[in-house]
Amino acid sequence: MTNQNQHTKVRIKFSKHTPMIFIGHLDIMRYFQKAMRRADIDISYSAGFNPHQIMSFAAPLGVGLYSNGEYLDIEMNAPMNSRLMMDRLNQVMVEGINILSVKKLPETAGNAMASVAAAGYLVSFRKGHEPAFDYEKKLSEFFLKEQILVVKKTKKSEKELDLKPCIYELSIKNGQIYMLVDASSSGNIKPSLVMEAFYKENGQIPSEFDFIITREDTYTNLGTVENPEFVPLDAVGSEM
Amino acid sequence: MRTLALKDEILLKIDKPARYIGGEVNSIIKEKEQVDIRFAMCFPDVYEIGMSHLGIQILYDMLNQFEGVWCERVYSPWVDLDAIMRKEHIPLFALESQDPVKEFDFLAMTLQYEMCYTNILQILDLSRIPLLARERTEEDPIVIGGGPCTYNPEPIADFFDLFYIGEGETQYAPMMELYRSIRDKGGSRMEFLEAAAKLPGIYCPLFYQTDYKEDGTIASFFPVKEGLPATILKEIEMDLSHTYYPKKPVVPFIKVTQDRVVLEIQRGCIRGCRFCQAGQLYRPVRERDVEMLKEYAIEMLKNTGHEEISLSSLSSSDYSRLPELIDFLIEECSRKKINISLPSLRIDAFSLDVMSKVQDVKKSSLTFAPEAGSQRMRNVINKGLTEEVILKGAKEAFEGGWSRVKLYFMLGLPTETKEDIEEIAVLSDKIARLYYETVPKEQRKGKVQIVTSTSFFIPKPFTPFQWAKMGSKEDFLSKAHTVKQAVLSQLNQKSIKYNWHEADVSVLEGVFARGDRKVGQVILKAYEKGCIFDAWSEFYKNDIWMCAFKECGIDIDFYTTRERSLDEIFPWDFIDCGVTKEFLKKEWENAMAEQVTPNCKEKCNGCGAARFGGGICFQSRE
Repeated sequence: MTNQNQHTKVRIKFSKHTPMIFIGHLDIMRYFQKAMRRADIDISYSAGFNPHQIMSFAAPLGVGLYSNGEYLDIEMNAPMNSRLMMDRLNQVMVEGINILSVKKLPETAGNAMASVAAAGYLVSFRKGHEPAFDYEKKLSEFFLKEQILVVKKTKKSEKELDLKPCIYELSIKNGQIYMLVDASSSGNIKPSLVMEAFYKENGQIPSEFDFIITREDTYTNLGTVENPEFVPLDAVGSEM
Repeated sequence: MRTLALKDEILLKIDKPARYIGGEVNSIIKEKEQVDIRFAMCFPDVYEIGMSHLGIQILYDMLNQFEGVWCERVYSPWVDLDAIMRKEHIPLFALESQDPVKEFDFLAMTLQYEMCYTNILQILDLSRIPLLARERTEEDPIVIGGGPCTYNPEPIADFFDLFYIGEGETQYAPMMELYRSIRDKGGSRMEFLEAAAKLPGIYCPLFYQTDYKEDGTIASFFPVKEGLPATILKEIEMDLSHTYYPKKPVVPFIKVTQDRVVLEIQRGCIRGCRFCQAGQLYRPVRERDVEMLKEYAIEMLKNTGHEEISLSSLSSSDYSRLPELIDFLIEECSRKKINISLPSLRIDAFSLDVMSKVQDVKKSSLTFAPEAGSQRMRNVINKGLTEEVILKGAKEAFEGGWSRVKLYFMLGLPTETKEDIEEIAVLSDKIARLYYETVPKEQRKGKVQIVTSTSFFIPKPFTPFQWAKMGSKEDFLSKAHTVKQAVLSQLNQKSIKYNWHEADVSVLEGVFARGDRKVGQVILKAYEKGCIFDAWSEFYKNDIWMCAFKECGIDIDFYTTRERSLDEIFPWDFIDCGVTKEFLKKEWENAMAEQVTPNCKEKCNGCGAARFGGGICFQSRE
């Protein structure tokens, strides 16, 4: 029996592009379980009659969204050279997913999901679906508002929510809208919700397919709630 | 990067877009400029079903090994996308290149069950290929049908240019060469079809004609072109240990029905159950070499990353090296944390021991397929399973901790009486009693659970029962009612759950199974009236089908409940599956005499399959 403490915690960063944007979160999990076997990664398994790989994902990404900063954590029975492991994984990936980094986590690191504090998104418009108003100009006005009230619908209820404290940054980058928003498990904000509020403010209602959304990275907070210091999730790890 | 055939807006709107994007692990991408034959391989049902089919994985792997050939996959778009494609005029495309099927040289479909027949038309229609073979032009792919249903291709003969009768490993290479040579000489589609019709195992329905008698039965069936064979012998791969088998099967992104590595350990079956078509079609039994299977198991697990492996064959317990193979897999798989999913094995001490090693006894159930309730009836169908064997297996299982049992039976078998049917309930009850006798009260965890299921017997071509009358819908439902009543009168009725199959679909399956060319128009009519996905009960529209039969003036009873004489020419008689009609007749007579025929391992019964020169026919018997 291997001692749980001897396991190496490893964080893997990957990107998700077409056609893999059409694969949902549960299937991405299955995909990585199979990929670990194909790449012959010495991943740890849980005990019991049906052992499963010790693997957890940071923040599920909705179907249709692109990403340059997805993360999953695994436990390994022994460390492995980061570069080698990244190459081996990339060799078994499909078109649309690339492994971007492989880092060893400190013993004390929290799990991927609990570590997530924020996510940065770039939003652009599909051809012919650009907004009718001058979004570059209106964006700063929108971000200066005291409150950004929206109705958040869940399966069971509708409740009013102020988005303002959940938006840490809202700006124009190369003609696209960039937003850094709360992505913690308790306060996750979908970028489409921010866009909807922005459109409503300007008298327009967006349709589902207007936006092309890319999650640029997923962040953890090394500072405090009041003075956050957001760093990408893999910044807390080190090369093996 | 590939460009997808469907716009993002569509892919995000439909259920499971992963069905349509291709790009799965081990799917094959070739440079279009590097190939001169484009081949679309289709399973005419939804992706999750089609991707679970081993035959396509074998042929996909094989065709892509051929120089200059690129084989891609096509499945039936689900009803949501089907509607969008019709409305927005989007042509059906193949998954790998996302190119329209219409641009391909070949469109091959595997026909695994009769209820997919309207989906054949869906595929052709969405591909914009004329539904009728005689209306196709140089612009259209050559449409080929293969798989078990092609052993009676007549009901769908109008829709196919060619049928490939038998196992796919042997004739595709020569067919591709033939196609290339005729095309490169500037030859026409018709020239190719004529040449292809002379290849072994290939049937081109356009070149054959049926004349009917006044009573609707066949007077004669013959080729209308010179030089074509009057009978077509099935193709067969005799050396299964040295042939094509995929080391890198395609791994779907979404969960499919068969989401695991599948090792086909043998083809054929020694048993000779008289209702079973596969048991006759795939004769003789040919085993794969156990060392080959071990090697493939390891490679396939490594190349797919699957977490489960299963064995496939008609009767796995009859595979001579099964204990050795299973020991090897248990050893390998426990190290790699891979599950073994066992095929249905004959319940005995060996299989119970294996099952207890690879599955959670508390959660799993045992499966018996006695197929008939009474011993008399089991003798008629030549099912070698006796009550004594069933009860012995069940007793051992109960002692080993199992408490759930599934039992499968058929209703509507030839010569069946009310007593035979009631025996189904009696046998179920005997097994329940045995549990309470075997397991002491303090060790029981609740009641024993017996699930008894019946399906309706459908006579199939190339079986000794091909002459049998099939029951009507009313017969079937009354028989199911009899079982239900009999279960309710048993002592342990509360431990027995009884399920029965839909009767409507069984009747239709019966028509297609033994239908002739006249039935094709009904399929076309039903499709035009909106029938697709008939294998899915939620989409099966019996009233439309009945209406289609009526409009075409086709009498269902002619194909199902009619008594057939021993000298009737059947629509499938021009196909030779190796087993002779004389043997089947003899078996039909044995059935009527309630005579059991020994299996191929015990004794050769001279069925005719020895002509293939190998397999069990030439092995020494125990």
